[in-house]
Amino acid sequence: MNSPFNILHTLADTVFDVLPILVIIFGFQLLVIRRPIPNLRKVLIGFVYVLLGLVFFLDGLEIALFPIGKLMAQQLTDPAFLYGKVDDVVQAMQWRDYVYVYLFAAAIGFSTTIAEPALLAVAIKAKEVSAGAISIWGLRIAVAIGAGLGIALGTFRIVTGAPLHYFIITGYVIVIIQTAFAPKSIIALAYDSGGVTTSTVTVPLVAALGLGLASTVPGRSALLDGFGLIAFTCLFPIITVMAYAQISEWRQKVAGKRTHSTGE
Amino acid sequence: MPVKDFLLPFLRSLLDSLRNLLPILLVISFFQLVILQQPIPNLGEMLYGIFLVVLGLTLFIQGLEMGLFPLGEAMAYAFARKGSFLWLLAFAFALGFGTTVAEPTLIAVAEEAAKVAAAGGAIENTTEAMDAYAIGLRLTVALSVGFAIMVGVVRIIYGWPIQYLIIVGYIGVVLMTMFAPPEIIGIAYDSGGVTTSTITVPLVTALGVGLASSIKGRNPMTDGFGLIAFASLTPMIFVMGYGMVIG
Repeated sequence: MNSPFNILHTLADTVFDVLPILVIIFGFQLLVIRRPIPNLRKVLIGFVYVLLGLVFFLDGLEIALFPIGKLMAQQLTDPAFLYGKVDDVVQAMQWRDYVYVYLFAAAIGFSTTIAEPALLAVAIKAKEVSAGAISIWGLRIAVAIGAGLGIALGTFRIVTGAPLHYFIITGYVIVIIQTAFAPKSIIALAYDSGGVTTSTVTVPLVAALGLGLASTVPGRSALLDGFGLIAFTCLFPIITVMAYAQISEWRQKVAGKRTHSTGE
Repeated sequence: MPVKDFLLPFLRSLLDSLRNLLPILLVISFFQLVILQQPIPNLGEMLYGIFLVVLGLTLFIQGLEMGLFPLGEAMAYAFARKGSFLWLLAFAFALGFGTTVAEPTLIAVAEEAAKVAAAGGAIENTTEAMDAYAIGLRLTVALSVGFAIMVGVVRIIYGWPIQYLIIVGYIGVVLMTMFAPPEIIGIAYDSGGVTTSTITVPLVTALGVGLASSIKGRNPMTDGFGLIAFASLTPMIFVMGYGMVIG
């Protein structure tokens, strides 16, 4: 176990990642704004916390979760596991034979999204801005359900080999129709929730699942069909977050009517 | 300050972080033990890794509230007070471009895309050609994210409803899909999701919300969010365009 070395390596990577952000922020601060940042000391300490936090987080994922998660994705997509014995006719696999893959895809999509730090950050901000109307867990669960559904549907697409853009365009049409009916205050946040889902925890595991599946399903190519899962993960949370807002609004209306009618 | 005042909240946030990780641990153990019916390998190492993840998440959230959120908001207020529209646009572009060009997930995706292009015969199957293709792709995505944050900031300033811009973007994606080479489509669609990193998201969100709350007549809820949405839409269009030009 050479983890002390690994941590240093992750630290170097993360610092390299953050460097452009620091250069831009302090460059503009010094040259354009020319005004001191309020509580500079506290902000700098916070930045160090963020940096160290990410390093531990990434390193821990690399030690504990990514190896086993990637191995599981490979094993679950292995025809020998799905179909019993290898010498059976692999060509005869039907999309139904992959039920465990869809289940795993939905479960891993949901659970990695709950752990995603970027989503947590947006949820904290959304709660603050909406004065508590949007709860941190409510938003995260809505996004996670969307991610789980999206990834499950994405694995189904890889298995059947249907063209990616049909699914995505259908998703767009649903988003546009929902936008017309959803409460105005949720729309921007819902659109944002697509992009924040796919970050440090989700992408490596989902990519491993897609590549594993595309390389074992007969007739698929890992290079051509392995992509597209991330796109599903980005699209579906938009739909579920708007649905979450629509359902809460509808329940409030129903509750409002009830108190109104009993009041009379 | 007594140790208790520091230690108790810290322990509480450690517990919160553990709760955030619980779903993954349950899913992995369930599939490993029940479906695949195999033992969990290296349990000790795994517990150590989980401890690191929990500690890291706790520090990250702490730093978020102390550093990233106030920083993004302070810059938004400063730009709004200064009233310099062009400098704000330059900052928005630089932030989008600078945070994306070095993004590790994007680097990985660009390398995969170069392999696909070489296998499909769009470029020569040499290391130099593939490297050039990958770097071109990274610059394309970074440009598109810079452009997206800039457009998003203009939208906040003028208070345009976000859905019209997003629908225009969707139409752009659909149109490009019709003309782009089929092998680039999957990569292009994925590239939207991989551009926004864990540090960029809080910073950009705080910037948007800060701008919307410092400009009169803007609502931080309806106008402040939405920057990330643009940043995950434009790369799809730009990458398909790149595939058409190179292919």
